[in-house]
Amino acid sequence: MNADLVIRGGRVVDATGERRTDVAIADGVIVDVGDDLAGDRVLEADGCVVSPGFVDLHAHLRQPGKEDAETIATGARGAALGGFTAVVAMPNTDPCMDTAAVIREVLDLADGAACEVVPSAAITVGRAGEHLSPMAELAQLGVRMFTDDGTGVQDDRLMKRALEYSSGLAPFTDGASVTLAQHCEVDSLSEGGFMHEGAWSSKLGIPGQPAEAEDLMVMRDIALARATGARVHFQHLSTAGSVELVRRAKASGLPVTAEATTHHFTLTDAACAGYDPVFKVHPPLRTDTDVAAVKAGLIDGTIDAIATDHAPHTRHDKEKPFDQAPPGMLGLESALALALTELDLPLPQLIARMSWQPARIAGIDDRHGGPVAVGRPANLTVFDPAQVWTISGEAMASKSDNCPYEGREVRGRVRHTVTAGEAVVIDGEVQR
Amino acid sequence: MTNHLLSIEELGADGIREVLQLSHTFVEVSARAIPRVPALRGKTLAWLFYEDSTRTRLSFETAAKRLSADTMNFSVGSSSVNKGESLRDTVETISAMGVDCIVVRHGSSGVPWRIREWTDASVINAGDGWHQHPTQALLDCFTIEQRLGPLDGRHVAIVGDIKHSRVARSNVEAFTALGADVTLVGPRTLLPPSLDGWPCKVSHDLDAVVPSADVVYLLRMQNERMNEALVPSMREYSMGYGMTMERVGALADHALVMHPGPMNRGVEIAPEVADLDRAVMVDQVRNGVAVRMAVLYLLLGSGVELPVEGV
Amino acid sequence: MAERERRMSPPFGGVFLARSEVLSESDMTRALRRIAHEIIEANHGLDDVVLVGLQTGGIWLAEAVASHLAEIEGVQPPVGTIDVALYRDDIGLRPVMPEAVTHIPVDLTNKVVVLVDDVLFTGRTIRAALDAVTDFGRPRAVQLAVMIDRGHRELPIRPDFVGKNLPTKRSEAVDVHRGGVDIGEVQK
Repeated sequence: MNADLVIRGGRVVDATGERRTDVAIADGVIVDVGDDLAGDRVLEADGCVVSPGFVDLHAHLRQPGKEDAETIATGARGAALGGFTAVVAMPNTDPCMDTAAVIREVLDLADGAACEVVPSAAITVGRAGEHLSPMAELAQLGVRMFTDDGTGVQDDRLMKRALEYSSGLAPFTDGASVTLAQHCEVDSLSEGGFMHEGAWSSKLGIPGQPAEAEDLMVMRDIALARATGARVHFQHLSTAGSVELVRRAKASGLPVTAEATTHHFTLTDAACAGYDPVFKVHPPLRTDTDVAAVKAGLIDGTIDAIATDHAPHTRHDKEKPFDQAPPGMLGLESALALALTELDLPLPQLIARMSWQPARIAGIDDRHGGPVAVGRPANLTVFDPAQVWTISGEAMASKSDNCPYEGREVRGRVRHTVTAGEAVVIDGEVQR
Repeated sequence: MTNHLLSIEELGADGIREVLQLSHTFVEVSARAIPRVPALRGKTLAWLFYEDSTRTRLSFETAAKRLSADTMNFSVGSSSVNKGESLRDTVETISAMGVDCIVVRHGSSGVPWRIREWTDASVINAGDGWHQHPTQALLDCFTIEQRLGPLDGRHVAIVGDIKHSRVARSNVEAFTALGADVTLVGPRTLLPPSLDGWPCKVSHDLDAVVPSADVVYLLRMQNERMNEALVPSMREYSMGYGMTMERVGALADHALVMHPGPMNRGVEIAPEVADLDRAVMVDQVRNGVAVRMAVLYLLLGSGVELPVEGV
Repeated sequence: MAERERRMSPPFGGVFLARSEVLSESDMTRALRRIAHEIIEANHGLDDVVLVGLQTGGIWLAEAVASHLAEIEGVQPPVGTIDVALYRDDIGLRPVMPEAVTHIPVDLTNKVVVLVDDVLFTGRTIRAALDAVTDFGRPRAVQLAVMIDRGHRELPIRPDFVGKNLPTKRSEAVDVHRGGVDIGEVQK
């Protein structure tokens, strides 16, 4: 059979192991794996790793509502350049992704984007923490992850109800389960805070968000997950305390999962010293100790996935005073390089945390993260793990440039990305 | 001294001494029948006050006028800022008018650091959030040294709401840079969450600290702190941390009582204490003008720029 | 050349290298005494005369003139000091020295102020001093006494009492000190 596309000369790394082989693709599917394959188009992968496409559990694509900061098209382009073949879009859009209509709009806009955009939906209406969103109806449209990200569900009883309700949605999902992903933060402790509460916030005179605000909600949700048996995913763990809580919960056999962002293992609260809101993020950058704990959690598997929490903001918004600027930073195009540069993690484990583990949590492992094998959907990432480059926000595909790694020298860069059989990134250039 | 005065830390011990030393010159100028010199003639200063502050603004205004500088007030309340103009646009607009110096007060910590990146003018921090108020610290140092001589080896107790106080943050840095020992005194809820790296001691017992203090520096206690459950009541606060006549009785004869103003008589300071000779609030205000003249002159007037030809 | 300039280091100041002596110590004493006589003569005595030395080089000269006046007339006129750094139109040239104090002991209104300085050069210091003096009252007259007038005036200012007229090149420097007056260069 004649292949549309051949990835030649790469080292394939997937959940089944590692081998040097060419990969041939036709009609969106891997059609051959072996030596000296031929096809209409050849992507050279000399010196590169060929892996299942990366999946980001956590991206803010800003559409609908904040199209001046990002659109689904530009966000997906950045994702593809970062090697992601799927991103889970967070629901804190305007209007909020809490109704079927908005989910349909997002799916419409995502059609033809440079990667698959998987909408998540809010747990509560308007993410206001008062009433449950129509979860069954949303699940019918394919939503598998619910989150009020940007804030946690504060009310204990409502969170318990949400977990109970979500664990009975199988009739609406063809049997697939859904996950409640929680932004863990007790508002009454962190309200009015703008950076990690500690030595730096004290010196800089910026009101703090204490670590225990995160720890307490992780603690509560572990108790609720145990009580309800529902699937809970912890978003962007940032404290040593919360990592340890998740570690113990997993050790006790609870099926919770967790993600950590690239910035929470790369940057500390010391970065806020110049009052540049590009370093303002939610949850905030923490201390060296927390960074070390997040890294350790990623290495020992307590944390299942590396997420970006890609959160574009216009320059105008990020030029506000530190306490008034919106939190968030770009992440899609720097994620792989930061993981390779900052984490002492063997390649297979690193790819696991960027590809098949998040794919499973997002409920999209039927098409993403699977082994590089004949018959599988062709969502693949080809990257050079040794290439050294310098990060520049300006050069990124995102509409915004709130990149906190400006000028940082990093190692590892995506060369090609293949989404649904199409080469959407070739030699570092996005094709759509 | 650089082109800006943003924090005591950036000014450094030598910078503090330079300002204090020069302030004497301006105390003399301020005492003249015509307390005005043409040193900053032709220089334009803009006040950019996002927070109300009659005292600080008047003090800067007086200092600028005594140096013959032109001043303009970008009054935030009635301006484009209310119409949604961004901080950067405002700063670039003012800069385009050709001002030499922007004196900024803002409720958000760090704003002067941002402004510095957007203008060629000198920037003076007249108070940012909870963070810094460097001219207040300088005038406090000047006032103490005027009364007691060098701060080196002196013991200063800073009492009250340290957590929310830019005066406290600046003064800790300034007093310790000049060699004083500083003790922060207040309930745990009014101390910063972490004092890692702060070169000072902490106490919750004012009565234990008062006898060894050369200066008791009281901070303003705001009513809203009670709503945040930081103290149970003003009455209880005064009982633990108010400067009463009994506590004054335990002070050394030479010891001073200071307050950055405005005072809450009856809360952090008993009314009769505020009127004692050792309560030097009026000196602080008076010296504030001279110290701010010194700051303005150092930033805008004295740079050794022109080469000396024959003399 | 006064303390202020001596204090500055290159590239703004420099090291003064004397080439030759212009006045000896005794020449200078004679000149000061002559100036004292001229002041008395010009003002028909010392009524209302106030000497004001310019910081920093004019201070000791003002005191020296005052003691000659006291010797001659039996009374010493009031002596003040003034720092004109804050009045200069070429600000930036000379930093304020905190110890260069301004001290005017009497109200200058209706007084005859004799400004005393070491070297008269461009005239800009004296212009600044005239501004400064008027901030302390409205004198009946202001007169100027200098040890050296070296020319190169940039303003319409002339001295009333001169120790010595000394033609110089612009690039040269003149140093008046207690031991005499030297001419030379400032080595950057």
